[in-house]
Amino acid sequence: MKLHDNALKISSLSLIWIWLIVFALLPFCLVTVASFLSHDDTHMFNLPFTIANYLQLNNFIYVKIFKQSFYIAGLCTLFCLLLGYPFAYVIANIEGRFKNLLVLLIVIPFWTSSLIRTYSMITMLKPKGVINSLLLSTGLIHKPLALLFTDTAVMIGLVYNLLPFMILPLLTNIERLDKRLVDAARDLGANKITTFRRVILPLTMPGIISGSILVFLPAMTIFYIPDLLGGSKSILLGNLIQNQFLIAQNWPLGSAVSVVFTLILAILLWVYWRSSAAKQDRRAFL
Amino acid sequence: MTNRIIELRSVSKTIHDHQILSDLNLEIHNGEFLTLLGPSGCGKTTLLRLISGFEDPTTGKIFINGNDVNGLPPHMRHVHTVFQSYALFPHMTVFENVAFGLRCQKLPKIEIEARVIDVLKTVKLEKYTYRKPDQLSGGQQQRVAIARAVVNRPLVLLLDEPLSSLDYRLRKTMQIELKQLQRKLGITFIFVTHDQEEALSMSDRVVVMHEGCIEQIGTPRQVYEQPENLTVANFIGEANIFDTEIKSADGNQYTVDIIGNERVVKSNRVYAVGEKVHVLVRPEDLRVWGRSEVEDPKNMYPGTVEEVIYKGTTVDLMVRLDNNQMVSATEFFDEDDDRLEYTIGEKVLATWLAGWEVILPHEAP
Repeated sequence: MKLHDNALKISSLSLIWIWLIVFALLPFCLVTVASFLSHDDTHMFNLPFTIANYLQLNNFIYVKIFKQSFYIAGLCTLFCLLLGYPFAYVIANIEGRFKNLLVLLIVIPFWTSSLIRTYSMITMLKPKGVINSLLLSTGLIHKPLALLFTDTAVMIGLVYNLLPFMILPLLTNIERLDKRLVDAARDLGANKITTFRRVILPLTMPGIISGSILVFLPAMTIFYIPDLLGGSKSILLGNLIQNQFLIAQNWPLGSAVSVVFTLILAILLWVYWRSSAAKQDRRAFL
Repeated sequence: MTNRIIELRSVSKTIHDHQILSDLNLEIHNGEFLTLLGPSGCGKTTLLRLISGFEDPTTGKIFINGNDVNGLPPHMRHVHTVFQSYALFPHMTVFENVAFGLRCQKLPKIEIEARVIDVLKTVKLEKYTYRKPDQLSGGQQQRVAIARAVVNRPLVLLLDEPLSSLDYRLRKTMQIELKQLQRKLGITFIFVTHDQEEALSMSDRVVVMHEGCIEQIGTPRQVYEQPENLTVANFIGEANIFDTEIKSADGNQYTVDIIGNERVVKSNRVYAVGEKVHVLVRPEDLRVWGRSEVEDPKNMYPGTVEEVIYKGTTVDLMVRLDNNQMVSATEFFDEDDDRLEYTIGEKVLATWLAGWEVILPHEAP
């Protein structure tokens, strides 16, 4: 029995390891190698090894795209958090069947491809689309708003697509929060704002962090949303990588962008991890 | 007036058309250790939430220190709660937990620090000031919870089954500590428990509750020795109950017939001749003799030992009387009497000293 359990454990773990090595580590190594190769018009990539691709990235246009992407993804994460947190909080505190229905409503969009939903956003946002018609008929505006092919449209599309990824981790975190702690804070004289700031917020921080990571990463790289809703004006990291690989056929440069991007994210996560670990240490030490 | 710190006047509470508390009247004296005792679901926690202000009574009034507190939020009542399983803030240190209430009052930093350190000394936790709750044992967490409440200098401290999650030995220690702390602080404690032993050993007064009503209020001795009704008698300790009726009365002495034996019993209550009554005998008042030990079996009830439970300081017996009624008896070891060895199936005689019984009016089962 013991042996059987161990065999199951080892086989399932090794399956995951093999999966990760073959489909994550190996491709990443290939991309890293490719990023140091040269490019010419007849070959996608070629010897000799070079660091020219990385030097090329120092160009202000690429730096701008990096900055712009981080800005848009950050803003998208912030909007998702501001919209998602109250929503998750309300759902977490509802009892019974109605709650399940609401959770189902969050999940239902996943049943349709995100690409198709993004196309449908075009019908919502275009000059004679649903939103403009609605606003015109209520008399709030007199001529259609130019929504489609703007940064606003990209933001709406990103937030719409990624909001569930913020809500779900928050929901599980808030549900686990012991409601007696809120009672205790109230008993000790904390008003609603203090209770939120000093008790609820710190205790739901893990949910906020994991939700933010789940939103921030895809927001940088979902290339089809800026493509479809932002038109040609909006180029983010995802588009840059996609263009280098599929249109310019410059695999080494595309690879270099990917590697730099991965490194920046890794550094951010490391900084976060260090700061929270340091916090733990300090407290334990005192 | 000052002696009545809390007063409840015909307080009722209905939740979802379900009557949780009905028409409670209760006066709590300043500085006493009062226990709300009852089985789970009797409404004792709800009563605590009404006093603390987490819920409002459906009807009736609650006065704290002479003021009607209807609608007043919890922190305006000068009443603090020690929650069941403590509800300590897991992300804060012991110091931050205890300082929480004072920081909410926006007191100066120096005062907060002094008061927190002071109260942590009182509960003997000054060495653990910067630990997190999950680095403390159950008893230490318990003390943090108490410190967090008393640092605010409440008029009344409410404790909602605070010892129920501790193991037996620690519970005993904490009972004594709580009692000592209460004496030291001089604060009124309202303590909720379903453990009758805990209630009897700690309280100045016990409020016995059952199905949303107060059955009896009295000192531990009163509720144990003079229960007002069968509910109280059955909940607090064990009781052997004999159903009978009054045959004749002479002052506070009554003659009753118990299993064919006429006995004279005593009661401060007044009963009419012919009235149906219950005669209650506590197991420790019941004496069980071997048949060979007894010369005159008058006023004794023959039976057979069915179970012997050795408990160290006592031996508990289950005896089936000859009329088939089961009674339980607790025999204490006595240095003069080494014959405390009963065997299952042994024929015995059971009796009790006249006057050690309690007579209660008949209640429909």
